Amino acid sequence: MRSPDMQKERWNDAAGGFHPVSAPDYLPEAQLREVQLRRLKAIVTRAWTHVPLFRERLDQLGISPDDIRSLADIAKLPFTVKTDLRDTYPFGLFASPMRDVVRLHASSGTTGKPIVVAYTEEDLDVWTEVMTRTFAACGLHRGDILQNSFGYGLFTGGLGTHYGAEALGAAVIPVSGGNTERQIMLLRDFGVTAICATPSFFVHLVDRAAEMGVDLKELPLRVGVFGAEPWTDGMRERLEAETGIKAFDIYGLSEITGPGVASECSEHHGLHVFEDHFYPEIIDPVSGQPLPDGEEGELVLTTLSKQAMPMIRYRTRDITAIITEPCSCGRTLRRIRRISRRSDDMFIIRGVNVFPSQVEAALMQVEGTLPHYQIILTRTHGLDQMTVEVEVTPEVFSDKVRAMEDLRGRIAHAIERILGIRVGLRLVGPHTIPRSEGKAKRVIDKRTD
Amino acid sequence: MKIPQLSVFLENRPGSMLEPLQSLAAADLNLAGLSLADTEQFGIMRILLADWQRARDVLTRDGWVVNVSEMVAVDVDDHPGGLARTLEVIAAAGVNIEYMYAFYLRRGGKVVLLFRFEDPDAAVAALSAAGIAMLPEQDLY
Repeated sequence: MRSPDMQKERWNDAAGGFHPVSAPDYLPEAQLREVQLRRLKAIVTRAWTHVPLFRERLDQLGISPDDIRSLADIAKLPFTVKTDLRDTYPFGLFASPMRDVVRLHASSGTTGKPIVVAYTEEDLDVWTEVMTRTFAACGLHRGDILQNSFGYGLFTGGLGTHYGAEALGAAVIPVSGGNTERQIMLLRDFGVTAICATPSFFVHLVDRAAEMGVDLKELPLRVGVFGAEPWTDGMRERLEAETGIKAFDIYGLSEITGPGVASECSEHHGLHVFEDHFYPEIIDPVSGQPLPDGEEGELVLTTLSKQAMPMIRYRTRDITAIITEPCSCGRTLRRIRRISRRSDDMFIIRGVNVFPSQVEAALMQVEGTLPHYQIILTRTHGLDQMTVEVEVTPEVFSDKVRAMEDLRGRIAHAIERILGIRVGLRLVGPHTIPRSEGKAKRVIDKRTD
Repeated sequence: MKIPQLSVFLENRPGSMLEPLQSLAAADLNLAGLSLADTEQFGIMRILLADWQRARDVLTRDGWVVNVSEMVAVDVDDHPGGLARTLEVIAAAGVNIEYMYAFYLRRGGKVVLLFRFEDPDAAVAALSAAGIAMLPEQDLY
């Protein structure tokens, strides 16, 4: 028999997806449910013992950790919401004393206090493990050179992906976000084979590379691992066609661990949830009632192994559905549909619920438009107006006024067909829409009451 | 017989034409001809110059959206009916004119007009057959 080290080497030399750390991806279902139930009981007990807010809530409901006898019993537990983290700022939801905490992260949030998350050494090991499994699922292996353009710092994206990729055996370039031209230089000079970024930053990078005369198709770049904001399949097709990479969607949030909660595999059909550590449920966002697998609703996650800060039934605000059909990749982990909407991103205009992703989907339907766009909401004489600004690209630009007016009409029509409301459409010059080096800000709401 | 023309997308706001022209000036590129199409929202600046490849690269590098299209330069007699005769030939050939503008260069009683045809090849054939002179790129600058 081979020594474990030799075996590791061999796995690493094989194609992606078969790193030994990925073994839990392939657990038989019964065994997976057993692991989940055992961990759920333990984590509920831990939160009940160490987190006063959680204990009070269970007491109010007249339940105790002993009432969790099956996975279905999770529905008896109260939800945790983002404001719980704000209300207990900074450390109120910690279940570990500070001497066991080895890392703190915080998300800025758009209003008020940040939310703070904590990790024990064991939590960091789990985080690294799920990120290694993520990269293996994206087809990365030892020998890959990974440019990590996720921001390093308080944001979990940079460091989470960093340690996962190192554990896989990839060479990590911790470039962080921003400084696009330098990033393109590194991509080319270092022979980078994989990149991690927000999809909007990568689109920006692709545009800038074209302007600099760098053809990404000519480079060894093979894989793009994108997350931290919703994007569409249409955008994936365009990115893949223009750069010759395979683009993977990954999912995570700081409250749960950061990146590494779920990842696409080679099938690109939904994201496998690493559900031996993060238990997924779908609920009706209005009633809070659990929905059966396959139905669309809000994703709720429970951390099954997190020591420093267990999250029980955390409401993510992300809209998706659980796919139960077995995946051809062989993983037994259930999948969630690509998240293209957040209930937080939704805005209401003239009584119609609109998600920015619907606008993006419309833009994708119109040949050749790249998705640098922004939605501006205004109110004139009490009437809401929605204007979409779209940057003109070389692919769609014509010297003929008629052709440009026609393009404008086609885009406006595509959006109106999807939303069912009239929108204004402005073609704007290149680089006029602010580029985010993190998450793109798609909606500017200038309506005042 | 076809003349490359650069078009630049501009927003309809004060100063929008200035910036690309500053880029060209900084690269020591001189315009030979210019025409501006504008709508309520945006404009299209069309320019002619000898070193159009370098101009295209400079503008692209500076982040402008640039398009290259083929123009036909027609020598038109500078007297009443000069343009009409050319247009008769084009109309008879059934070729659409997308737009046109004059190139202010008087050459022995002739004026050069720049045409953007839907089908430049058909237009060139029709004009040649009618004996109407067109200018090659090297004679324009």
